[in-house]
Amino acid sequence: MKKVLQGNSAIARGAWEAGVKVACAYPGTPSTEILQEIADSYPEIYVEWSTNEKVALEVASGAAIAGARAMASMKHVGLNVASDPFMTLAYTGIKAGLVIVVCDDPNLHSSQNEQDSRNWARFGKVPMLEPCDAQECKDFTKIAFEISERFDTPVLLKGETRVSHSDSPVKLEERKEGKVPLGLDPKNVPKYVMVPINARVRRKIVEERMKKLEAYADKFKYNKMEINSQNIGVISSGVAYLYTKEVFPEYSYLKLGMVWPLPKKIIAEFFKKVKRVIVVEELDPFLETEIKAMGYKIFHGKDVIPNMYELSPEIVEQAIKGKGYKPPKIKVKPADLPRRPPNMCAGCSHRALFYSLKKLGAYVFGDIGCYTLGAAPPLSALHSCICMGASIGGAHGAMKALGKEGLGKVCAVIGDSTFLHGGVTPLMDVAYNKGNSTTIIADNRITAMTGHQEHPGTGFTVRQKSTHMVDYAELARVLGIKNVRKIDPYNVKETMQVVKEELERDEPSVIVTTNSPCIMLRREKRKFANPYYMIVTDKCRGCKMCLEIGCPAISWKEGAGETKDGHKRKGTVMINKAVCVGCELCAQVCKFEAIVPGKV
Amino acid sequence: MMKKNGKVTNIFLSGVGGQGTILASNILTEVFLDAGYDVKKSEVHGMAQRGGDVTTHFRFGKKVYSPLIKYGDVDFLLSFELLEALRYINWVKDGGKIVINKQEIFPPAVNLGLAQYPQDVEKIFKKYFKEDVCMVNGQEIATKLGNVQAANVVLIGAFSNFFPEIKEEKWIKAIKGLLKEKLHELNIKAFKEGRKAL
Ligand code: SF4
Ligand code: SF4
Repeated sequence: MKKVLQGNSAIARGAWEAGVKVACAYPGTPSTEILQEIADSYPEIYVEWSTNEKVALEVASGAAIAGARAMASMKHVGLNVASDPFMTLAYTGIKAGLVIVVCDDPNLHSSQNEQDSRNWARFGKVPMLEPCDAQECKDFTKIAFEISERFDTPVLLKGETRVSHSDSPVKLEERKEGKVPLGLDPKNVPKYVMVPINARVRRKIVEERMKKLEAYADKFKYNKMEINSQNIGVISSGVAYLYTKEVFPEYSYLKLGMVWPLPKKIIAEFFKKVKRVIVVEELDPFLETEIKAMGYKIFHGKDVIPNMYELSPEIVEQAIKGKGYKPPKIKVKPADLPRRPPNMCAGCSHRALFYSLKKLGAYVFGDIGCYTLGAAPPLSALHSCICMGASIGGAHGAMKALGKEGLGKVCAVIGDSTFLHGGVTPLMDVAYNKGNSTTIIADNRITAMTGHQEHPGTGFTVRQKSTHMVDYAELARVLGIKNVRKIDPYNVKETMQVVKEELERDEPSVIVTTNSPCIMLRREKRKFANPYYMIVTDKCRGCKMCLEIGCPAISWKEGAGETKDGHKRKGTVMINKAVCVGCELCAQVCKFEAIVPGKV
Repeated sequence: MMKKNGKVTNIFLSGVGGQGTILASNILTEVFLDAGYDVKKSEVHGMAQRGGDVTTHFRFGKKVYSPLIKYGDVDFLLSFELLEALRYINWVKDGGKIVINKQEIFPPAVNLGLAQYPQDVEKIFKKYFKEDVCMVNGQEIATKLGNVQAANVVLIGAFSNFFPEIKEEKWIKAIKGLLKEKLHELNIKAFKEGRKAL
């Protein structure tokens, strides 16, 4: 049977068909749907949202060592977090298949950097497969498990935005259990205990395995040659292959399904069959560098194909045709149109929190999540954002650098899921090293940015079973933070008061927002006293104060007028009743009592 | 309008997060797969859920390679919002067909009074594409049926007229397959009303 599947769903399907028993992940665009799909569709598989990618990989590796096929999935920056177990698992190998799916995000659609994960394969000495569409996503997932078991190694499967989030037809097959029996082998200590004396032995095995994998790559049937033109041949992989094939169907191709290690014999053959070879790859000159190092001359590569942002058919066409490329006519300049950047939802508690922080003039070390949008104007209330958990360490470091000068000026803001992912250890560090920084945990009761995934603070597992729920205040106290306070961010006055006190305190403190669930989260929908607010146009002086909060429900209307008590104005504001949820933030901001509860 | 010579047809969908652009593109995917074509669809997720713009590339034909449409090579533009239609006007090839939902959703800069929402979007399109431009009041039609949410399916209904060789049942089958049962009646009505609107 053929079914249209998204690349990520096809990976999930492949895992199921391959007999996977354990699947772990931390949500991250564009990888999130892999685990969600397994949770929703394949009850045979144990599945969990792990607290971070490192944990996910560790759990999956434990399962594999116990004989169960296991998978960990993450986005590109997630593999940085998981890199510690990853690099050593290449040494230990596994027992049952272990596949690590890593999804890149060329063009940084929703990421803090753009990195080419193929480098991790070379760095970690681990084979990597790269599918180009949903059918290959499914097939390659299954093959990855076979390679993993055959060569006793973890295997990387590379996704990326246009593969993970593309849909195309897939042929469905049945589930087959893996061949490895379940059970732990206590005699295998030298293989799994990576103390130096054992690791040194394994080090050599890694190199030997790489040799065997190279030989395998030459026989791998998804390293495919298509000979059309004798003149020009393209070496490519993944979606870059599809773009090139689309615009130059007449060329010859070597399409690599395995991007590490490379098939040296097939490459040599390809160079014999075509006169000029062009390497088309997204991001780094990974294949190009390797192929050049083999001693071949490349006709075109990164000299014309960009090494940043994502490729597309016309970018490839333009690059290869050079001056011969004719772009389509411009009818309207897109730059002249207003952009539509993402914005925090109407009534989001983060908006209220950031408004208070902005009023206090605090330097805010931010983190990764919906609240990162607090950096956008008009709030502009966030001053740094590096990686998950960096807010707390950053604020601590800044306070150490500034000494008493920093009091009252610096804080860290981190979301609930992010705090559990990467914030617990730096917070421990703050207490341990006698810091005095303030950490605000913006608790919206869910991992909101990636589309509402559960985490250890929500009280629910990935399959919506109730479970233990972390109490942030209690946790902070155990880590050594004596000052733990709660705020209702919707109460601006009180929030400013509490935050100010804690910023000035010469001791570490944690502030947890309460009553602040994500406004889109049905389960915990916060009830506001009034369903919506409205503008009393007679009183509105057009001061634009309420526009400063950037609520999508409020808009400005040009037009000279006068208030009832005779103040001139250049325009008024309007609240869109359908969008407003009645959070009251704008009413607190308005100095002229022009914003009032709407009628029920 | 379907190409028998194995050429690929490119459909570009644009809208604002929350408008149901993705559902609309899923319906297209099911319909054209059912009709025996190879299909590919690609969309950008993530931040889009926070009111950002959403675009979907949808392609069908005998064999489809790239999941992305080439810039300037769009055969059909289906837009759920006026500004988001204009933003992609350059993508449409000469002679391309355009269906636009008459709805304005202000982006932040317009709300703040810092930028102007574009005027006369219909006129601009008419200038380049003449009678190939169709405007549909999806909101109004869906509201009359009792649920604004169905506006996207109204638009799909209108759009379906471009593919007369695909029977109505195929569209309805796809709608039923993708939506919860309690939404079937409303959305089938929305589809049929949309079909009449062009
Ligand atoms: S999704 Fe939730 S947390 Fe994110 S901006 Fe919207 S209301 Fe806020
Ligand atoms: S009450 Fe004001 S700030 Fe809150 S959602 Fe409504 S318009 Fe926006």
